[in-house]
Amino acid sequence: MEGYIHSVETCGTLDGPGIRYIVFLQGCVLRCKFCHNPDTWQLNAGKKKTVHEVMEDILKYKNFIKSGGMTLSGGEPLIQADFGAELFKECKKHGIHTAVDTSGAIPLNACRHAIDEVDLVLLDIKSIDTNKAKSLTGQGNEKALKLLDYLEQSKKEVWIRHVVVPGITENYDDIEKMAKYLSKYSVISRVDILPFHKMGEYKWEELNLKYELYDVQPPKKESILKIKEIFRKYNLNAV
Amino acid sequence: MHKNFNIGKWKSTIDVRDFIQKNYTPYDGDDRFLAEPTKKTLELWAKVKELMEQERIKGGVLDIDTHTISTIVSHKPGYIDKPNETIVGLQTDEPLKRAIMPFGGIRMVKTSLKAYGREMDPAVENVFKYRKTHNDGVFDAYTDEMKKARHTGIITGLPDAYGRGRIIGDYRRVPLYGVDFLIEQKKEAFKNYVFDIMNSPAIRQREEISEQIRALEELKEMAADYGFDISIPASDTKEAIQWLYFAYLAAVKEQNGAAMSLGRVSTFLDIYAERDLNEGKYTESEIQEFVDHFVMKLRMVRFLRTPAYDELFSGDPTWVTEALAGIGVDGRHMVTKMTYRFLHTLTNLGPAPEPNMTVLWSPRLPEAFKRFCARLSVETSSIQYENDDLMRQHFGDDYGIACCVSAMRIGKQMQFFGARANLGKALLYAINGGKDEISGQQVSPAFAPITSEYLDYDEVMEKFDTTMEWLAKLYINTLNIIHYMHDKYCYERIEMALHDEEILRTSACGIAGLSVVVDSLSAIKYAKVKTIRNENGLVVDYEIEGEFPKFGNNDDRVDSIAVDLVKNFMSKLSKHKTYRNSKPTMSILTITSNVVYGKKTGSTPDGRKRGEPFAPGANPMHKRDTKGCIASMASVAKLPYEYSEDGISYTFSIVPAALGKTESERYANLIALMDGYFNEGGHHINVNVLDKAVLLDAMDHPEKYPQLTIRVSGYAVNFIKLTREQQLDVINRTFHERF
Repeated sequence: MEGYIHSVETCGTLDGPGIRYIVFLQGCVLRCKFCHNPDTWQLNAGKKKTVHEVMEDILKYKNFIKSGGMTLSGGEPLIQADFGAELFKECKKHGIHTAVDTSGAIPLNACRHAIDEVDLVLLDIKSIDTNKAKSLTGQGNEKALKLLDYLEQSKKEVWIRHVVVPGITENYDDIEKMAKYLSKYSVISRVDILPFHKMGEYKWEELNLKYELYDVQPPKKESILKIKEIFRKYNLNAV
Repeated sequence: MHKNFNIGKWKSTIDVRDFIQKNYTPYDGDDRFLAEPTKKTLELWAKVKELMEQERIKGGVLDIDTHTISTIVSHKPGYIDKPNETIVGLQTDEPLKRAIMPFGGIRMVKTSLKAYGREMDPAVENVFKYRKTHNDGVFDAYTDEMKKARHTGIITGLPDAYGRGRIIGDYRRVPLYGVDFLIEQKKEAFKNYVFDIMNSPAIRQREEISEQIRALEELKEMAADYGFDISIPASDTKEAIQWLYFAYLAAVKEQNGAAMSLGRVSTFLDIYAERDLNEGKYTESEIQEFVDHFVMKLRMVRFLRTPAYDELFSGDPTWVTEALAGIGVDGRHMVTKMTYRFLHTLTNLGPAPEPNMTVLWSPRLPEAFKRFCARLSVETSSIQYENDDLMRQHFGDDYGIACCVSAMRIGKQMQFFGARANLGKALLYAINGGKDEISGQQVSPAFAPITSEYLDYDEVMEKFDTTMEWLAKLYINTLNIIHYMHDKYCYERIEMALHDEEILRTSACGIAGLSVVVDSLSAIKYAKVKTIRNENGLVVDYEIEGEFPKFGNNDDRVDSIAVDLVKNFMSKLSKHKTYRNSKPTMSILTITSNVVYGKKTGSTPDGRKRGEPFAPGANPMHKRDTKGCIASMASVAKLPYEYSEDGISYTFSIVPAALGKTESERYANLIALMDGYFNEGGHHINVNVLDKAVLLDAMDHPEKYPQLTIRVSGYAVNFIKLTREQQLDVINRTFHERF
């Protein structure tokens, strides 16, 4: 089983609990306007590696990731769901905790086998308003919400992630709606609020892509605090 | 004096370790017992800070006593603010006033004075018409080849013009035994140093012991000037700290050593503090006050140095290194409340580069303590960590760290500091037949240069091996001269008085340019490297065609080259006869000299251009470690400590956000990183948790950041005291900041 790998990060601390080995897979179906890794969009690019090869490298870091684990990220990692499923199985064999960082944009029937193998799903909800999600990413949020239902059913731990982009998703009414919506799910153990940042802009330039958010500034600290408070009001562990 | 202490063999012979092991109390709790700074402390520290600000405004030196040659008893007592000082003693009669210490080299004093617009006192100069210095002695004996190697910079930073440092007196002996007992012991030893044949080693030893006794007498005299009788043991915590500080103060009055480390004093002092707390003699707040005042004094140690020295070892460092924590040979950890109190000065007085706080880490240290350290690292970037599990096997549980990474048994071992050889340059000499790539001068004995257009790995390796053979021999011989002369003209009387008579000596060599050489060899092996020659046929630049694995990505193809290189050069050093039968050792440490080494080295086959800095210590080259910091650490951890017993320095800088989302995640992740790194066999790590933006702002507005501290290879500095070039080097260095 081979996968298309964009790169790896041996010291991931932001994509799941503890220190994590992060495998960034190549390819994405969304085109988020705020994406900070547009270099991972293209399908079937990057370096081809077998599950065995990737696993061999992960095991070199066992001393470091004992209390953390491995996260499959991207791009949209579930495009390569077969590869993901295999890798999660292998990690499990070695006692390594696994997570997948997904936008939920892949139909459930195409990635269920991978989801069933993973320990934790980091699910990125771009907007609770499907029209806004569509204008921001090119797709509505239906598939992501369907995935969340499935995760609830199968009792799989979920961290929700939400990127706060001023002028687009920094909308307190939407946030309130989203928090209310999410509060019904018992599997959500954490909500990661991610302030939009400008550190990926140079990649858009390098790739000659049209970037629309040059004028958008990162959200203010107070705004992030306020958003966290809204989630907390609904008993969600916003971080 | 020794009331309520458990008795052991320490009582009848000098054995501080035995005293500690029989009496210390491991502390497993957290930091909540710690006391805030007292009013006295705050007032005193405000005065010191004001003096330090004036020092900065005046260009780095507040004042110099140009008239008095510094000795243990040369100056009248000095105070910052007498009524507020619970621990007293200054190097000269006024705070931050620097003394002249010309026995290492009168030339260096002269240059330093000139740099700060001062004149040499003719009376002082006159003395050295009749008295030789260490520096004079060295140059009387150097060979032409040595001078050439020094001039081109293939060997640099040699202590041939100033005090060699890196010797740690066992300052704890003074409070534990009182000076009279120490003198008695030395006199006894002197009586026994009588042999059938009075050859030079025996004569030297006898002369040295006499000098040591004289220095101990002077130490008593100095303390008496401050109103203390230290001929007898200290009776409580305050006296123990005061006695110990006097001993250290005598050392920094006598020697302008490159590194003047303190040793491992906190757990020793805790024994007094525990007793006093139990007896109700002092409160926690009073004890913390003594520690704060003591640490303030350590932050005020100053030496007069030249701008050239500053270029190599930037930021006015003194390396008052204190080794903290660790695990005892019997398995008990050695964290005490005093360990906490020492580190707590970073909060009570704010961050600072000195004393060089060095935590001897083991994954088995108590969790509360690990968390406390992680928090302070995130808050202050002032702590370095070293692998206690690794060093304990070599040095037991009463070793300290001289300078940055050099472990030595306290009072039982010293080193002959040897700075470092530039292996990057050595590789270029191998390619150019022993000619310097910048000057074109023939430095090593001539041999056939490489003439092919593309470099062949086997051919380069063969010539590199021969070049290193030559370099190792030259290096050891150069050190032999330096240390012979230092013993003769600039002997560390008081520091050696606080050692046993029979000690282990090491010849501490070092290398610079590890990652440059390793990546160069990797490029030659795995890619194609084309030579570019000047009109004289000298290779002055390189072009790389193709990809090659780089050190710092946990890739064995290249990391194994690094391991072989370390073993190879160390083995070559071991072949040579050393001064006083010292044991050759090696470090991979550059301090801030990686910038100067780079400046003096031509383009290298790894793609680094002429003049560009090397990576510091054992670090991978800037921005070539692309798999994240753990891959980088894992590569460094492969370097064999057994072949680099004088230390392997690694500097790690990360932006706070890349360490985790919440504070508690950051602490937990930092602990996991260190546990992982040291479990892998890593020796040393500097931890910086900083935002680049802060550093950039500090470059332009130094006045806003008087205490901004960062760790560079092996020590910490005030960022604003670095040269601009070095500031840029720090900022350009791989900051792990992936999101």
